[in-house]
Amino acid sequence: MRDTIRFLKGGEIIELENVGPTETVLDYLRLRRLETGTKEGCGEGDCGACTVALGRLIHGKLVYQPINSCIQLLGMIDGAELVTVEDLSQDMRLHPVQSAMVDLHGSQCGFCTPGFIMTLFTLYHAEGQSRSRKVVTEWIAGNLCRCTGYRPIVDAAMNSCFDVTDDAFSWRANETREQLQSLADSRDIFIGDSESFFSAPATLDGLAALYTQHPEATLVAGATDVGLWITKHLMELPKMIHLGRIEELRRVENSPSGLLIGATATYEETEAAMTEISADLGELWKRIGSKQVRASGTVGGNVANGSPIGDSPPALIALGATLELQSVEGSRALPLEDFFLEYGKQDRGQGEFVTGLFVPRPSPNQVFRCYKISKRFDQDISSVLGAFRFTVDNGTITEARIAYGGMAGTPQRAEATEAALAGALLDDPSTWGAGMQALLSDYTPLTDMRASAEYRMETARALLAKALMEISGTAAADIRVLARREAGHDHAA
Amino acid sequence: MTMQPDQADRASALKHVSKALSHDSAEKHVSGTATYIDDMVEPVGTLHVVPGWARQAVRGRIQSIDLNEVRAAPGVVAVLTATDIKGTNDCSSAFGDDPVLAKDEILFHGQVVFAVVAETREAARKAARKANIDVAEITAILTVEDAVDADTTVLPDYHFRRGSPETGMSASEQILTGSMRIGGQEHFYLEGQVAMALPQEDGGMLVHSSTQHPTEIQHTVAKVLGVPDAAVTAEVRRMGGGFGGKESQANQWAALASLAAQKTGRACKIRLDRDDDMIMTGKRHDFRVDWKVGHDGSGKLRAVDMEFLSRCGYSVDLSLGVNDRTLFHADSSYFYPDALIRSRRLRTDTCSNTAFRGFGGPQGMLAAERIIDAIAITLGRDPLEIRKLNFYDGDRNHTPFGMPVEEYEVMHDLIAQLEDSSQYWARREEVREFNATNAVLKKGLALTPVKFGISFTLKHLNQAGALVHLYTDGSVHLNHGGTEMGQGLYQKVAQVVAEEFGVSLDKVRITATNTSKVPNTGPTAASSGTDLNAMAAKIAAQEIKGRLISFLCEQHQCGPEAIFFGDNKVLIGDQSFALAEIAKQAHMARIQMSNAGFYATPGITWDRDTATGRPFYYFAFGGACAEVTIDTMTGEMTVDKVDILHDVGHSLNPAIDIGQIEGGFVQGMGWLTTEELVWDEKGRLRTHAPSTYKIPTASDIPEHFKVELYEGTGNPQATVYRSKAVGEPPVMLANSVFCAVNDAIASLVPGQVPQLDAPATPENIMRAVQDMRRRKLAT
Repeated sequence: MRDTIRFLKGGEIIELENVGPTETVLDYLRLRRLETGTKEGCGEGDCGACTVALGRLIHGKLVYQPINSCIQLLGMIDGAELVTVEDLSQDMRLHPVQSAMVDLHGSQCGFCTPGFIMTLFTLYHAEGQSRSRKVVTEWIAGNLCRCTGYRPIVDAAMNSCFDVTDDAFSWRANETREQLQSLADSRDIFIGDSESFFSAPATLDGLAALYTQHPEATLVAGATDVGLWITKHLMELPKMIHLGRIEELRRVENSPSGLLIGATATYEETEAAMTEISADLGELWKRIGSKQVRASGTVGGNVANGSPIGDSPPALIALGATLELQSVEGSRALPLEDFFLEYGKQDRGQGEFVTGLFVPRPSPNQVFRCYKISKRFDQDISSVLGAFRFTVDNGTITEARIAYGGMAGTPQRAEATEAALAGALLDDPSTWGAGMQALLSDYTPLTDMRASAEYRMETARALLAKALMEISGTAAADIRVLARREAGHDHAA
Repeated sequence: MTMQPDQADRASALKHVSKALSHDSAEKHVSGTATYIDDMVEPVGTLHVVPGWARQAVRGRIQSIDLNEVRAAPGVVAVLTATDIKGTNDCSSAFGDDPVLAKDEILFHGQVVFAVVAETREAARKAARKANIDVAEITAILTVEDAVDADTTVLPDYHFRRGSPETGMSASEQILTGSMRIGGQEHFYLEGQVAMALPQEDGGMLVHSSTQHPTEIQHTVAKVLGVPDAAVTAEVRRMGGGFGGKESQANQWAALASLAAQKTGRACKIRLDRDDDMIMTGKRHDFRVDWKVGHDGSGKLRAVDMEFLSRCGYSVDLSLGVNDRTLFHADSSYFYPDALIRSRRLRTDTCSNTAFRGFGGPQGMLAAERIIDAIAITLGRDPLEIRKLNFYDGDRNHTPFGMPVEEYEVMHDLIAQLEDSSQYWARREEVREFNATNAVLKKGLALTPVKFGISFTLKHLNQAGALVHLYTDGSVHLNHGGTEMGQGLYQKVAQVVAEEFGVSLDKVRITATNTSKVPNTGPTAASSGTDLNAMAAKIAAQEIKGRLISFLCEQHQCGPEAIFFGDNKVLIGDQSFALAEIAKQAHMARIQMSNAGFYATPGITWDRDTATGRPFYYFAFGGACAEVTIDTMTGEMTVDKVDILHDVGHSLNPAIDIGQIEGGFVQGMGWLTTEELVWDEKGRLRTHAPSTYKIPTASDIPEHFKVELYEGTGNPQATVYRSKAVGEPPVMLANSVFCAVNDAIASLVPGQVPQLDAPATPENIMRAVQDMRRRKLAT
């Protein structure tokens, strides 16, 4: 048991005994360290002004990732190197990304700039990224700038992020690795007392025991949602259990039958495997949140919080994913769609927690499509998300698995549509009509700030039509405005 | 000597002016050392202020305010209500209708009723939610239609009339009518509203405020505290973005921080949470525009009748100027022979809409482009042809408000150049071919003009002051009434002053805008910051330099033509002295080396009551060509290519000017595409955070995004180095994007005008697409 957190900053190991259960990294920086280079723009992880970099050893490699410090809990950075804008320019010497931003006029009011600098710093250190605008904009889509129109920032990134890695951090990388290794241990962290604590158990059994003892505690993985309970809803969350130290929960295991992902595997960590399952899934993953959100946010968290507009559940349901849960009583698995009972209510017992998901790989006669509709392409929440898996034999749909987000109080399968489409012929669009019609009975969507009920329903139908057009090859030309970033449309030949 | 602006070798002769130099704070921005108000070192014992409101109420009388739980909450030091105000409970710019703290009535959802003062911001935020405010709600007036039905306005109607639109209409070959909705816009400055008040001796107050208008902060705080203006000093070094949202909307927060400081005797800081900021502060006005137009059958306008119905919100704020500017720009770049352009300033029970980059102009111009598009579509002509057919020219160059468009040739030349460089006609063919072979995706193309009037239409605001000191070591202290919000004003003015003194830029010390240094200033707004303040600073520097020259002429028995300031030196005949040496000598000779410069824009004669005279010193011009693709199944849209050519006269700093053009365009693009303000049926804003309100992000910007400065002969008016204002005009370049979306939808059914409202969200695009399909079936 450890009653402190330890992390690296500016080459020094910092050990803190006093860590509140809901204290954020941003508050720690600005209020305790009086380091004001890191800014608060929105307090909900949507603008990126508060971006800092976290360095961690991943499979022995030192990897820097951008993090929204406004919604990252301080206790979560245990074992990492925390890099802020103050650490980049030492002795009046600017970091290469900082120089490029000055030379190319990448700042105007300057308030978003430290956040951009930190995201670009992580791109500067990222391995295997090819120099392209696509890579840059994918990286910085979670950093909002209201002044420049982004062109000079993209140019600065193009000029500075893809050459040699030659900065103070690369010079002392070996030392950093050693320091981080010295911080790695397998002790449970518990700071506070039984009434108010931040804890991070290191094992599943430890978690089960602690959670049984404190079933009202808050489980937090990436804090991209829980962070807002703190900063926006001002909830009192005196008992915080962070799942990030449990190795078993972080696994991503790819096998011929499918993909096993632990509950705390992040979007970032699962992106490659998802892309391998389907180009559409990879594209969807890239459009979930931002680089910062994907570096922290977990697939398990997206599922476990039961949001009706979570982006991953509809796609995972259409793929036939199963969910695994555990408690001191034991473990169980259930089809993912059965986990969502109703709006705000999931099938999770007291003391029970999500341990992982299994995503079966589509068989050769199955094709998968998913589409996300939102007001803005990147870093937005979908108004409608449609996911489709069709099993096709000789041009006939023998089975359809269809799930939508944004259409009901929970991510939900379109059962009537699925039934109506069984037997439909790909080369005869007149056989699709029953399915299109059945969608009307599957859902009764609501109107909110993202879309009206009418638009949701009509778009849901359009997405189904689009999926059928694409897999049947009946569309003469490309029918997506956003050409898939990963090449390769697969037809159900 | 001072360089003459018309010198042919202007660029090479100038050392600082017209150079693409970095923003003065660029290195501080990138290293996190640029200090914003929340970054300032707090005095010991600083308290934190958080506004409290009736979270459920939209409109109604306050029955009771129970703050017992608030006062009892941990860390709370004081709670302010309207009764704590010793002065006047008003933070409006002029009309006296913006209470700092509501007393009897809730006028919109988000109105501040009380303020918590606590040891920490977190404690104050938590306490602020513990209030019980009982409001007897009445039905709120929310939409344009509600307000028209109830006949509620914040100001009288206003209009421009020229000739006889009635006769013009009846003489027209074709008459078209239409109506469109244009959404508002949240500023989304990255630094939210913030102020810190420090109590001074004798009831004085020093207020650091993120404001575009320090003088108004000073006056508002004095009025609310009940002390003389002279007891209050307002200061701002920089804002993290303004865009008009800190012209009047910073007042309330500075007032609350000052009230808290007055009550507690301690430094008090207020920094709004993003959601509170978006709920409580005003936005760009949204409009319904009803129009009727008559033309000669070939597309040449005969008569135009437009009615602009804007939602002003619960109070006047800056709605007078905003709506006037809508009318001033309802012509875009087109000659309206007979015109009636009407404005209704509707009062709705919503936040009070305010200044936003363009100040009503964008809405006026967008409506004009819709009229042109409608004519072109119904005639089966290319919209660009109809635009050019109606451009102001040598014979037809008077705006509906009577001011001549003297530089119509710049407009023609600029558009012709852009037409060529963007390869408009070749791309028109490509778009046509694409649309012929694609059933689901449709492309659209548009090239639209910008003509924007420069000057405040409230004449007295067209003045500025500067304070310049030359120290005996040759360094220069620079101060002026303009504020820095990222637009590079401080840098441009410093370049002008360095040029004047012939010193390197490192000798010019830029200092925070402060009401005790330069008093009685106007807001930094209307794109006029550089025109006004750089001129005032230039005049101040010239005055000091003139005194030095007189002194040196006497000392050296020479004429002023023998004296030259440059490279931190003063050349007198063949002798060279360091400026520092000359400054020391002048000081010993008791020469004043400080001066307050003052500038008032000449030639402005607008009389609003008679709607006659000249409201603008000059016009700035621009043009943009945009290409988009829409998905006719989902309404999704991408902006594929953008070419821009923009007129900044002789640029004071091309890098900064291009930054303003790119940033303004993208901001306008956001307004017309992804940025949608949604109020629910009760009148509560539902898009009050970046999670629900979507400004453009990097991936929304096309790879092909070309911005060039128009190479012309400079501003015909004697502005500073013949430059032109650049802050607002580029916003309206984005009209090209909206018109291109409209063009794409129009391709579905030839001859039919799409009913596209702004913003062109996927849903609004889809609505227009489906309407077109219904019309196709009907024909």
